[in-house]
Amino acid sequence: MWQELFINNQWQDAVSGKTFPTINPATGEVICQVAEADEADVDKAVKAAHNAFKLGSPWRRMDASHRGLLLNRLADAIERDSAYLAELETLDNGKPYAVAYTVDLPNVVKCLRYYAGWADKWEGKTIPIDGDYFCYTRLEPIGVCGQIIPWNFPLLMQAWKLGPALATGNTVVMKVAEQTPLTALYVASLIKEVGFPEGVVNILPGMGPSAGAAIAKHMDVDKVAFTGSTEVGHLIQQASGSSNLKKVTLELGGKSPNIILSDANMEDAVEQSHFALFFNQGQCCCAGSRTYVQADIYDEFVERSVERAKRRVVGNPFDLKTEQGPQVDQEQFNKILGYISSGKREGAKLMCGGGVAADRGYFIQPTVFGDVQDNMTIAREEIFGPDIDKAICLQWARAGTV
Amino acid sequence: MPVTGVGVHQTGGASSASPTEGKHANMNSQPDNDQSDNGCNHQGPNQNHKSEHGDRPGMQALPMPVPDPPIQYTKLFISNEWHESCSGRKIPVYNPATGELLCEVEEADAEDVDKAVRSARATFQMGSPWRSMDASDRGHLLNRLADLVERDRLLLATLEALDSGKVFLMAYFVDLMATIKTLRYYGGWADKIHGKTIPVDGEYFTYTRHEPIGVCGQIIPWNFPLMMFAWKIAPALCCGNTVVIKPAEQTPLSALHMAALIKEAGFPPGVVNVLPGYGQTAGCAISHHMDIDKVAFTGSTAVGKLIQKAAGDSNLKRVTLELGGKNPNIVFADCDLEYAVEQAHSGLFFNQGQCCLAGSRVFVEEPIYEEFVRRSVERARSKVLGNPLLPGVDQGPQIDQKQFDKIMELIESGKREGATLECGGSPWGQQGLFIQPTVFSNVTDNMRIAKEEIFGPVQQIMCFRSIHEVIQRANATHYGLAAGVFTNDIDKALTVSSALQAGMVWVNCYNAMSAQCPFGGFKMSGNGRELGEYALQEYTEVKAVTIKISQKNS
Repeated sequence: MWQELFINNQWQDAVSGKTFPTINPATGEVICQVAEADEADVDKAVKAAHNAFKLGSPWRRMDASHRGLLLNRLADAIERDSAYLAELETLDNGKPYAVAYTVDLPNVVKCLRYYAGWADKWEGKTIPIDGDYFCYTRLEPIGVCGQIIPWNFPLLMQAWKLGPALATGNTVVMKVAEQTPLTALYVASLIKEVGFPEGVVNILPGMGPSAGAAIAKHMDVDKVAFTGSTEVGHLIQQASGSSNLKKVTLELGGKSPNIILSDANMEDAVEQSHFALFFNQGQCCCAGSRTYVQADIYDEFVERSVERAKRRVVGNPFDLKTEQGPQVDQEQFNKILGYISSGKREGAKLMCGGGVAADRGYFIQPTVFGDVQDNMTIAREEIFGPDIDKAICLQWARAGTV
Repeated sequence: MPVTGVGVHQTGGASSASPTEGKHANMNSQPDNDQSDNGCNHQGPNQNHKSEHGDRPGMQALPMPVPDPPIQYTKLFISNEWHESCSGRKIPVYNPATGELLCEVEEADAEDVDKAVRSARATFQMGSPWRSMDASDRGHLLNRLADLVERDRLLLATLEALDSGKVFLMAYFVDLMATIKTLRYYGGWADKIHGKTIPVDGEYFTYTRHEPIGVCGQIIPWNFPLMMFAWKIAPALCCGNTVVIKPAEQTPLSALHMAALIKEAGFPPGVVNVLPGYGQTAGCAISHHMDIDKVAFTGSTAVGKLIQKAAGDSNLKRVTLELGGKNPNIVFADCDLEYAVEQAHSGLFFNQGQCCLAGSRVFVEEPIYEEFVRRSVERARSKVLGNPLLPGVDQGPQIDQKQFDKIMELIESGKREGATLECGGSPWGQQGLFIQPTVFSNVTDNMRIAKEEIFGPVQQIMCFRSIHEVIQRANATHYGLAAGVFTNDIDKALTVSSALQAGMVWVNCYNAMSAQCPFGGFKMSGNGRELGEYALQEYTEVKAVTIKISQKNS
């Protein structure tokens, strides 16, 4: 297991010497201590990434196709170690091992391979402008890219960020979520193993308000990519404006509507809606957390959904029968229970679940609320938990809007 | 140097290897050998090893041919199975360096083509494993095939050198590298072939699908057997087509080994079918076939015309052609002279001159003409002929007697028509198909050696005075494949490259090719492009689907 900062292809303690614990959410126990990056470490990492990006450097001089080859090799190495990585992901994040192994890991490998293929195909143009000129465009890498990733799909988010950035020739300073740093650090060792030059990828476990903020406001980071809550997304964009106007891309929260019309196949729709919400313990930005069901099938749909939720197997994520593991940490656990309370308080109908599912770890029962009105808190705010709201959808055909 | 037989054993550490390898493996290298100028033809052996195998410091030992290589595959490959020919006939396969018979392979004719097309057609049906496979899986298979070629690189390079007479080290570092890279390049494209959504007028939702064309017939030549095989199958398979490919009768061995690797990699049966055979029989059957949707041909312009006629005569199958060239290489007085001489030399003499791209009309600006000729002759004289398997050999034999005779005939015409024979001009060695590196100067545009494609180690050096004149003379040909321009003046470079009627123009380099860059000719050098993103168009059929919607919004 790797537990330190990864800068310039080297493992190192934080400048401050500080560490933080990472917890197994199934038990609440500490897995290990991990070095905690702060502003000074971000500075070091940005310097390393900056050097690796200089004209004439091995990374800048490399054939684009060779960047692709390195990405493919990284994919191969991850594939080789997928059983281990899936275990580590489950230990640190709580998602069922069966899902980590059959969904997260293969998608990580596919993502990296996909971008490996793009590396030497990202083409500029020649353009027939007016005048006696020869005009062409080059698609150049932006430079040092700060990437801040969340805890819900640690490996997958890492791949989604690294794939396109490296394929196009950038260098990276990545801050991984403090809840789930372990798999990203293991991948760092593979990045070194397969031959990425030093400084191309730097990985820093650390906290948002310290390391994350340092990246977002850094004067030598050319772009920041963030996946996480909309609340923090606001901060990132502001930080860019306050510092060097670095390019910003944001993948934030959702309260995604899932609209079920009465001509849908009932069984499929129930199962898909169940999956849409409950996948990954409900910890998905795209969770279908507002299920709109057309009036004439509403009752049956709710009944079936409740029955399905009641059947959901919650338990030890290493047990292959488990469908739902714990929530990722105490904070999320508390927040979700808070929303459930608000649902009850504001008059939604609790159809099943609504409480804690085990006496240790952060397990919550699969919960279904019916008769949810659009103005209720649970209909408006992102819960990020195993809690689905269903609303009546009237007048669909006539009004044409939902 | 004596020519030895098949399966010659190499003694270790040829001391002359280093300077030699520097010369031919780095066909296009800048004097400082840097990686920026990268392509399939010019990484030095040490650089190649570094990039493929991670960071290994220091000199690498030269790869050696496999002694007594097994020739395992000699039958027709249809539906992932090995078949004898329907007629029972076989093709003798010779080692052009020695004249020895290497083996016999099954000879495909029209009936075998029919079988193969039926297999390819069945494999192309909707719902088949190949059609219903994720596009990314097609890419994955191509990458696996590249891995297998890499595994068998020494064997393939040995077979290629034995079968075609090309220098083994060239086969290893150039042909094999290009093959691997091309397969990987198209492996990456497979799931990135995007159709579009299009804002048409009216209440419609319109999109295009970029579908595979179908069954593709592919006919490839003997000068780069393996590399041509990869250039053909990679884009075709990447786009989801199925293939019936006929390697040249002179050089079937590497293609048949590839067939075995294709099966090993996991391509479903019928996706690729390999049929060694003759042009007039199997090739003709392919180009006339009513159930082949597209034919791709690389070879002579004369045969290219037959293919196009056959397509028109049969089912109007789509046609792409990569044909001959009589490529101008224009050297201005303000160039780096030594470098230009070397580039012009390798630009002609590479692969025994058997290259559609050969820079066979070297136009040199008058002020440097004499010096250029003198240095070119000196360079040509330093060439080492002999057994292509041995390190230290620069030039092997021509492919066969027919080519040999044609080249000698053209050389004689050069002498007869009054060009100055500076060096060479005769066969070399006691036996076989070797021709001395030959340089003609004072060549005028109306001589046969200035107009016809020689396809041999014969360099023509002509003189020019003005930029306008040389552009006009360079373009005065039915061909239009490639061209070179050597100058340090950016304006000259841009002006001349815009004016040349050539599908590829090289500025201060020659033969700089890479899987990402499109390859093909203007005029009678061909139709369509191979390599790069452009090749995808040639293996794709566009379908526009328009769906009525109740209300369009932008």
